[in-house]
Amino acid sequence: MRGALARLVSAALVVWAAATCAFLVLQLIPGDPVYAVVGSDALVSEEQHERIRAEYGLDQPLVVQYLNYVARLATFRFGDSYQLQQPVATVLADQLWPTVQLALAATALAPLLAVLVAVATSGRRNWPRRVAAAVELVVVSTPSFWLGIMLLTIFSFRLGWLPVSETGGVASLVLPTITLALPIAAVLTQVMREGLLAALDQPFAVTARARGVPETAVRYRHALRHSALPALTMAGWFTGTLLGGAVIVENVFARPGIGRVTLQAVGDRDLPVVQGVVALSAVVFVAVSVLVDVLYAVVDPRLRRKTGVQAI
Amino acid sequence: MSLVEAADLDVRFAAGRVHAVRGASVRLEAGRCLALVGESGSGKSALARSLLGLAGPTATVTAAELRVAGEDAREFGPRDWRRVRGRHVGLVSQDALVALDPLRPIGAEITESLLAHRTVPRSRARERVVGLLTRVGVPDPEERARQYVHQLSGGLRQRALIASAIAAEPGILIADEPTTALDAAVQARVLALLAELKEQGTGLLLISHDLAVVEALADEVAVMRHGVIVETGPTDRVLEEPRHAYTKELLAAVPGSRPRTGRGRPPEGEPLLDVTGVVKRFAGRTAVAGVDFTLRPGETLGLVGESGSGKTTLARVVLGMARPDEGTVLLDGEPWSGVPERARRARRHTIQLVPQDPLSAVDPRWPVARVVGEALAATGVPRAERADRTAVLLERVGLTADLLGRRPAALSGGQRQRVAIARALATKPRLLVCDEPVSALDVSVQAQVLDLLRRLQEELGLATLFISHDLAVVREVCDRVMVMKDGVVVESGPVEEVFAGPAHPYTRSLLDAVPRRVRAALEPPNNALPASLS
Repeated sequence: MRGALARLVSAALVVWAAATCAFLVLQLIPGDPVYAVVGSDALVSEEQHERIRAEYGLDQPLVVQYLNYVARLATFRFGDSYQLQQPVATVLADQLWPTVQLALAATALAPLLAVLVAVATSGRRNWPRRVAAAVELVVVSTPSFWLGIMLLTIFSFRLGWLPVSETGGVASLVLPTITLALPIAAVLTQVMREGLLAALDQPFAVTARARGVPETAVRYRHALRHSALPALTMAGWFTGTLLGGAVIVENVFARPGIGRVTLQAVGDRDLPVVQGVVALSAVVFVAVSVLVDVLYAVVDPRLRRKTGVQAI
Repeated sequence: MSLVEAADLDVRFAAGRVHAVRGASVRLEAGRCLALVGESGSGKSALARSLLGLAGPTATVTAAELRVAGEDAREFGPRDWRRVRGRHVGLVSQDALVALDPLRPIGAEITESLLAHRTVPRSRARERVVGLLTRVGVPDPEERARQYVHQLSGGLRQRALIASAIAAEPGILIADEPTTALDAAVQARVLALLAELKEQGTGLLLISHDLAVVEALADEVAVMRHGVIVETGPTDRVLEEPRHAYTKELLAAVPGSRPRTGRGRPPEGEPLLDVTGVVKRFAGRTAVAGVDFTLRPGETLGLVGESGSGKTTLARVVLGMARPDEGTVLLDGEPWSGVPERARRARRHTIQLVPQDPLSAVDPRWPVARVVGEALAATGVPRAERADRTAVLLERVGLTADLLGRRPAALSGGQRQRVAIARALATKPRLLVCDEPVSALDVSVQAQVLDLLRRLQEELGLATLFISHDLAVVREVCDRVMVMKDGVVVESGPVEEVFAGPAHPYTRSLLDAVPRRVRAALEPPNNALPASLS
């Protein structure tokens, strides 16, 4: 109970810190936010200008603006978008589901690929490992927009197997998911393979082999779980890559979603939307770290007492 | 009929560059125990693993004959080996904490052995697991089967490991250092379990560096050195009348068979260390519950007891690393416990630690010169003088200066411990706390390190607090001994008196747990060398 309360407090602190950083950074961007509201080419009279400033609270001292902002955040009111003339909450809620779909699909695909490749290439023979390592290096070093364009060129334009952009169907999710998941899978594979090889060198692996257990079963039943521990430590990076990757993938594939809204909002200096996205990301990060702590305890019984999780 | 038979067996590693086993021949029979004896690196484990086809991916095994369960194992492919492993030949390794998968309940580990050979249908596996745990003497088997290795005590863990090894009823069990890292009393019980399995018809291949364990269990002994079996014969004959020079050397190095150097009477003079009524609690548990003792310059005090008895906590209090909750520690007549670190720092060089495992007690990336140099720097030796002083210290502990550039991993166990001793001596201490200083070493190396400690003590007049679970070692080097149990000193006095006539039942049980031959050497106070071994 006390642990849960402490978690909640620290989660609130993380969201607050992220929101504050976003507020400060956005103040550093030069230019007048009024033009973000009315459009940069619009001609506004002095009087209109003042009215808009007052309407959005931009005429108040920075400290007051900040406190207002925090107060709104604490009550889940993110204000109105400068550009879209609707509440930020509505904008984000409308765009949330496509991104969640994409993120979940990638979250399922990346670890699955990583597990399969890591297990298949952690055997005695060296050459599959070398080939896989080379492929992983290429995938990790490829910019994802280029990867996306290549996939589009081959599978949509040349072969015509999959749609070019969002159609609402599952088929239109395939290429974006692969584009988002491949670089993540490549890094996860490297981490998991290292973990597998380390676990296979442990005495318990020898014991398992001495029972007459086949090598593949030693890897799946014993070593894989050990390799999940170092992979779980990558969760923060994983979440960040998903969110960042969504921005690129949604633009390349012309999908609706948070990533696209974010890019647009940053370009248009639509501060309330950007701040809303930052707050949302912070919440996601906090939720993921709680989930990971639970998963640690599920994977490793030795950690259960410390975290108080009584799972499985 | 022998269940496993190997003749002229060779194991080579790294494309033949390392010849680990050379022309070894062994026969394993039902109900008999063959012991492989030798020091680390002698090829014992490589030989044993090759009988399971588990010598490793880089190993090449060749033999004139290799028969496992009546078949020619030289022709075995991976599938044939899998059929044999666990079903005909089982393996019990050392230290169940790492030899069983820490992420799975022990019941799942035992079930895996059962199902690997389909000896039992899945539906009856649970029942068999409980039966097996009962057979190896694990209490509350149903509940224990759901627990993980880290939740079990050392003895229960090792039993669970044995249960998983015998689950598919192999005719031969390879026990690779099965009782290393266990307390004496626990070791005795695990040995009794192995003896019982032998009685019931399992053939054992016992690998051990501990001759006392070998004596307790083996019918036959094969002594290995540099990959060659140099002597083999019935256990009594080999231990009583060793023929090969190396066997004699091994036997002479066994603690307890060597002459005692500890004195009966404490030296004169003011105590260097005065511990009064020390209590230390951790989160409701009392680790040390009121201990008093003194230590004079030149005196060696043995501290014995099983794991969890509070030895190490007491040592930490003496080292000034833990603050006692009650009681005082005086160093050279001045307060040592309960004073601010500022008041202690200038005197810290007076007490130094010799650790159990020097590999983990020195920075693995640092060369020897830096390891020792750091300690010299801590006592204010100017940089220019450190190299010379380090060389002198190394010479003092019997090492040559050409090791200065080596990193710990490139040193042998004995060399590492000598470096750790040199580091301890660098600050010119007056008191050494030795925490199991030789328990990680082979017997012959053990003897050398003990000789070194003794010589240094005489030359430098050091007081020593010598912590050990090995009563034979304590008897050899200590003047007085304190026996600890549950945080309390249950018995203390001159070594001969305590060992010859233990007053406390716990001391008696510790002494009873020592196998016969070593015990024979422990009991008669002045008859250190049995006639048969001299």
